[in-house]
Amino acid sequence: MSKTTQNGAPGRPSGQGSGLVATAAIWIAVAVVLAVLPQVFSSGLAISTMCLMEIMIIFALSYNMLLGQTGLLSFGHAVFFGLGGYLTAHAMNAARGEHAPLPLEVFPLVGGATGLVFGILFGAVATRRSGTAFAMITLGIAELVSSSALILRHAFGGEEGVAFDRTRVLHLFGISFGPQEQVYYLIAGWCFLSMGGMYAITRTPFGRICNAVRDNPDRTGFIGYNTTTVRFLAFSMAGLFAGIAGGLAALNFEIVTSSAMGAAQSGTVVLMTFIGGVGNFAGPIIGAILVTYLQVMLSDITGAWQLYFGLLFMGMVMFAPTGIAGLLAMQMPLVRAGQFHRVLPWYVLALVPGLIAITGVSMMVEMCFHLTVNTADGPQMSFAHVAFDANSPLAWAVAAVLLAGGFWLFRRAGRKALDAYGSALEKARSGRAGR
Amino acid sequence: MRKLFVSTAIALSVFGATAFHAAAEDTLKIGYVDPLSGGGAAAGQIGLNQLKYIAEEVNANGGVLGKQVEIIPYDNKLDPQVSLVQVQKAIDQGVRIIVQGNGSSVASAVESFVTKFNSRNPGKEVVHINHAAIDPSLTNDNCSYWHFAFDANVNIKVEAMTNFMKANDAIKKVYLISQDYSFGHSVADAAAKKLGAEGSSIEVVGNEFVPLQKVTDFSPYIAKIKASGADSVMTANWGNDLQLLIKAAGDAGMDVNWYTFYAGLAGTPTAIKQASLEDKVFQITEGVNNIDYKPMQDKVKEYMAKYPDAPIYYPRLFNAMGMVFKAVEEAGSDDPVKFVPKLEGMHYADFIDGKEGFMRADDHQYFQTMYISGLGPLGANQPFDEEGTGWGWKVAATVPVDDTIVSTTCQMERP
Amino acid sequence: MLEIGLISTLNGVLFGMLLFLMASGLTVIFSMMGVLNFAHASFYMLGAFFGFEISRHVGFWPGLVIAPVLVGGIGMLVERYGLRTVHKHGHVAELLFTFGLTFIIEELVQMVWGKLAVDYRVPQLLDFPAFTIFSTEYPAFKLFELFISIAIFLALLLVIKRTRVGLVVQASLSHPEMVGMLGHNVDRVFMLVFGVGAGLAAVAGVIAGPALVTQSNMAQSLGPILFVVVVVGGLGSLSGAFVASLLIGLLQTFAVASDASLADVFGELTGNGPLIAYVSDIWNVTVAQLSAVMPYLLLVLILIFRPRGLMGTRET
Repeated sequence: MSKTTQNGAPGRPSGQGSGLVATAAIWIAVAVVLAVLPQVFSSGLAISTMCLMEIMIIFALSYNMLLGQTGLLSFGHAVFFGLGGYLTAHAMNAARGEHAPLPLEVFPLVGGATGLVFGILFGAVATRRSGTAFAMITLGIAELVSSSALILRHAFGGEEGVAFDRTRVLHLFGISFGPQEQVYYLIAGWCFLSMGGMYAITRTPFGRICNAVRDNPDRTGFIGYNTTTVRFLAFSMAGLFAGIAGGLAALNFEIVTSSAMGAAQSGTVVLMTFIGGVGNFAGPIIGAILVTYLQVMLSDITGAWQLYFGLLFMGMVMFAPTGIAGLLAMQMPLVRAGQFHRVLPWYVLALVPGLIAITGVSMMVEMCFHLTVNTADGPQMSFAHVAFDANSPLAWAVAAVLLAGGFWLFRRAGRKALDAYGSALEKARSGRAGR
Repeated sequence: MRKLFVSTAIALSVFGATAFHAAAEDTLKIGYVDPLSGGGAAAGQIGLNQLKYIAEEVNANGGVLGKQVEIIPYDNKLDPQVSLVQVQKAIDQGVRIIVQGNGSSVASAVESFVTKFNSRNPGKEVVHINHAAIDPSLTNDNCSYWHFAFDANVNIKVEAMTNFMKANDAIKKVYLISQDYSFGHSVADAAAKKLGAEGSSIEVVGNEFVPLQKVTDFSPYIAKIKASGADSVMTANWGNDLQLLIKAAGDAGMDVNWYTFYAGLAGTPTAIKQASLEDKVFQITEGVNNIDYKPMQDKVKEYMAKYPDAPIYYPRLFNAMGMVFKAVEEAGSDDPVKFVPKLEGMHYADFIDGKEGFMRADDHQYFQTMYISGLGPLGANQPFDEEGTGWGWKVAATVPVDDTIVSTTCQMERP
Repeated sequence: MLEIGLISTLNGVLFGMLLFLMASGLTVIFSMMGVLNFAHASFYMLGAFFGFEISRHVGFWPGLVIAPVLVGGIGMLVERYGLRTVHKHGHVAELLFTFGLTFIIEELVQMVWGKLAVDYRVPQLLDFPAFTIFSTEYPAFKLFELFISIAIFLALLLVIKRTRVGLVVQASLSHPEMVGMLGHNVDRVFMLVFGVGAGLAAVAGVIAGPALVTQSNMAQSLGPILFVVVVVGGLGSLSGAFVASLLIGLLQTFAVASDASLADVFGELTGNGPLIAYVSDIWNVTVAQLSAVMPYLLLVLILIFRPRGLMGTRET
C-alpha cells in the first residue's frame, strides 16, 4: 500500500524524456500492488478495510477535483456518494432474480450516472457562485437532501435504509461475489479505472483550465473562458466519480443508509483530502488510506480517539498545510539530486524527541481518560505495556518531563532539520544548474 | 526502498496484531458493537458497563463451560457502515456472539450482514443479540434465524401502552407527536389505529411529526398541543427531542400527562425534574429498578457500588446474557450453530421480577412482563432515584406476558 | 386564529432572539476576520459547561460573567498559538483548523463532565412565569434571554459604529497593512476579536444551557443553523444577522403551526402501486414537517438571488 502512495505521486510534469515511461511504470506498479494486496493481507478485516480504503480513494480524489484542482470548497460532497449508493441499491433490487440482465460488475455505473445527473442538477445552482457563497450553497443542499432522506421513507428506505443481496444478479464467469475477496477485486478494478480517469482529466486542457480558475478566476475570464462553465463541468464530473464510489460502497456493504450522505461523511472527505494534500494527485489517495485506517483502528486502541484525531488534524493544518503528499513532494528535488542522505539524519534526530513528546501527551491523555471515564476500573492502568497507578504524582511527572523535554528538543532539532533541508536544497539546485 | 520496508512492516504488524489477539487464550468472546463516542455514546457506555458487570459476575462463578467471558467493545459511532466493519473485525478476532442494540438502522444492517455472512461462510456462523432496537421489521418482514430481539418491539409496546390508556377513563383527547422518521411513523401509525379504533372512548386530536434532531425550540409545538385541547400526549421521541419537548411544556405550564417510550434514557429524567412534571410522565419498559423484588434490588445496589452514575437501565441485557449462557451450557458448545436451537423457545426467569418470559421460536422475539411506570418522588421500598434528581420510576401498571403477545409476519429461513 | 397568530409571533421572536444570541459571536468573527469558525458551537458548549460548574459552587450569576471571560481567554489563546499560524495558508486552512478543534473540545468535555446531560438549572431569581397569554405561560428566563440578546446587539452595534476600536477592527480586515502602518497592532486586534467572539458564544452557552439541554453533544446537535443566520444576514452586517435571526425564528415557528400539505390543496391521492407509495411521501408532507429545512432553503435561495445577503455590503 505504501508503494502505491509513494510512487503514485507523479506531481507536476517533470519535463524529462523518460516521463512517459516513468508514468506508465507507476501505473503498472499500482495495478500490481492492488492485485497482490489481498494475498499479503488476507484476514477478513484487512480485506474489508482495503475495500473501504479503495472506495474512499475514489471519493477523496473526486473531491479533490473540486478543492485541489478547481479551488471549490464543498461541504456537501457526500450527497453524490449517498445518492449514487441508493440508486445502485434500488437497481440491484430491481434486477434481482434468475433472468437478471446485468452482471454485478456494471452496477457502479448506475451510481456514477446518478452522481452525474445530480451533479449537473445541483451544479447548475451552486457553481454560479464561488468561494464562501459556493461553500454555503453546498452546505444548504446537503442539509436539504439529507433531511428529505428521512421524510421520503419509501425512496430512501427509512431508518433501515435499502438493503439487497449482491449475489442475486447475473453471474459472469461463475463469479458470485459472495466472498469479500471477489468484491475486493471488483472494487480494486473500479478504483484503478477511476484513478486513471481522474488522472487523465488533470492532464487535459480542461484540467489545466480548472487550475487556472482556482488560481486566478479573473484572468481566466479575460482570456475567454467562462469560469462558471468550468466550475460546473468540474462539479458534475466530481459528482460522477463520487457516485461511482457510493455505488461501490453500496455493493460492498449491501446496504445504504442515510448516514452515507450525512454531514459527517461530507466532513470526512474534506479531512481525507486535506490531510493527504490537495496540491498533489497522490495526496487524497494517501489521505483516504490514512484516515480510513485511523477510523477503523484508532477507536480500538484508545477511547479518546477523537482527541487524537483532532490533534493530528490541527497539527497537520498548522505545520504541514500542504499535507503528507506535500511533505513528500518537498523531498523529491533532494532525492533526484542525490542529496537526501544529507537531511535524513537530521529528520531522524528531530523525529526521536518528537515521538517522545507525543508519548508524553498521549500518556497524559490516557491517564486523564482512565481516571475520568474508567473510574470503575480503579486507578491501576497500563500504558505501552507498563503498569502503574494513574493517581501517582510520579506518573504525571514522568509524562510532563517527556512532554516538555521532548517538545523542547524537538523545536531545536526541528530548526536544525529545516536548516539542513534549506542548504541541501540549495546544493541540489546549484548542482543541477552546474550540470 | 527502506521506507517501503519499514512501512510494510508496520502495516503487517498492525494487521497481524489482530490475528495474534484471536489466538491469545480460550475465552468466550462477546463483541459489543455500540456507540462509545459521538451522540449515542451515553447510552452505549451504560450498556458496556452493564456487560462488564455481568461478565465479572459470571467469571467469579467459574465462567461458562469453564471458559472466562471476555467483553470486547467495538465503537460503531452509531453508523451502520462503520458497524459492519466492526462486526467483521470482531469476527476476525474470534467473536461469535455480537451484542448490539442502539439504532434500528444499525441493527438492520448488522442483522442482514450476519445472515449473509453465515450463509456464505458455513462453519464460522455468528449470532446477533439485539438488546435495544425495536423496529418491527427486525422480527417481521426482515426476520433472521441468527438474530434475537430481547427488547419488546414497537408493536408490543404500542399495544400495551394504548390498552393502558384506554383503561383510564380520564383520558379523552390524545395528541400524538413523533420524530419524522421510520420509527416515529411506525409508532404513530400503530397508536392512531389502536386509539382511534371503533368503540374507543379516546379521540386522537393531533398527529404531529417533528424533524429528527433538528428542533431547538419546541414552544410552537406546545402551542399546537394546547390549541388542540388534548389532555394527554403520546410521544415516541427520544433524546434531545424528548428532553426539549418536555422542558418546553414545563416552561409553558402545560398540564397534560405524557405517555412515552424512551423517557428513561439518560438525561430525560433530569429534564422531567427541571420541568416539574411530577407523576405526569410515563414510560413503558420491561421493568424498573424500584419493582419490589429483592434479588434484583440487591444486584442493582452491587452494580451501583461499582458504577455509581446510574441504576440498571437495561435489565434486558441481563436476560439476554443469562439466556445465551444458559443455551451455551445446555448445548455444551459456544458454537452458534449448536446453541441457537437451544435459545429458540427458551423460557427464562426475568432479571427484573423473576417472572417467566420466553423467546418465541417463530420470529426470535422475546416476550416478557412489561411495566408502565411514572416518574416522581419515591415511597417505601423504592430506593432508586434517577440521575440524582430524588425522583424515580414507580410502577403504574403491569402487563402480564400473555397480554403482550402480538402476531408476526416472519417467515423464518432456517439453515 | 388570533390566538395561534399571536402566540406564534411571540414564540418566533423569542426563538429568533435566542438564535441571534448564539450567532452573535460567529457574526463578529466571520464579519471581521473572514473566518468561518466551525468551533463556534464548541465554545458555546464550553460556556454552558463552565457556567454549570461555576453555578454549582458560587451560583448562576457569577457564572454569567466568569464563564465568558474564561472562554474568551481560551479563544484568544487559540487565535494566538493556532489560528495565527494558519492564517497565511488561507481561509480553507483556518476553517479546517477550527474543524479539528471541535473534536478536541468535545472529547475534553466528555472526559471532564461525562457523556450524560448535567443538571444545569435556571436561577431561582428567574424561575417563575412572567406572564400568561391564552393560558400559555412565559417564563421570566425567556424574557431575560430576549433582553440579553438585544443588549448584546446594541452594544456591538455601538462599539463597531461609534468607537475608535470598531473603526480599527473594520479597517484591519480590509487594509491590514495600512492599519499596521498607522501604528495599530493588527495581530492583537484579531486576537481580541476572536476572544470576544468566543466569549459571546459562551454567554449564549451560559444562558441557553439551562433553557435547553447541557450535554457533551450539544455542539453537534446545534448543527450548521448559525451559519445560515450569518450568511443570510449578509457578511459583515450585524444588523443583517439580527434581522435574519428574527426572520428564521418567525419562519420556523409559523411553519410549525401549519398542517397544510399537497393533499390538502389537490385532494388525496387515489390508486395504488409502487409509484403511488413514493409520491404519497411527498404528497402528504405538511409544512410543519418541513420547518427545519426551511432555513436551508432560504440560504440557497438567498445566495442565488442576492449573494450579498439581506443587508450585506459586499458579496460573500
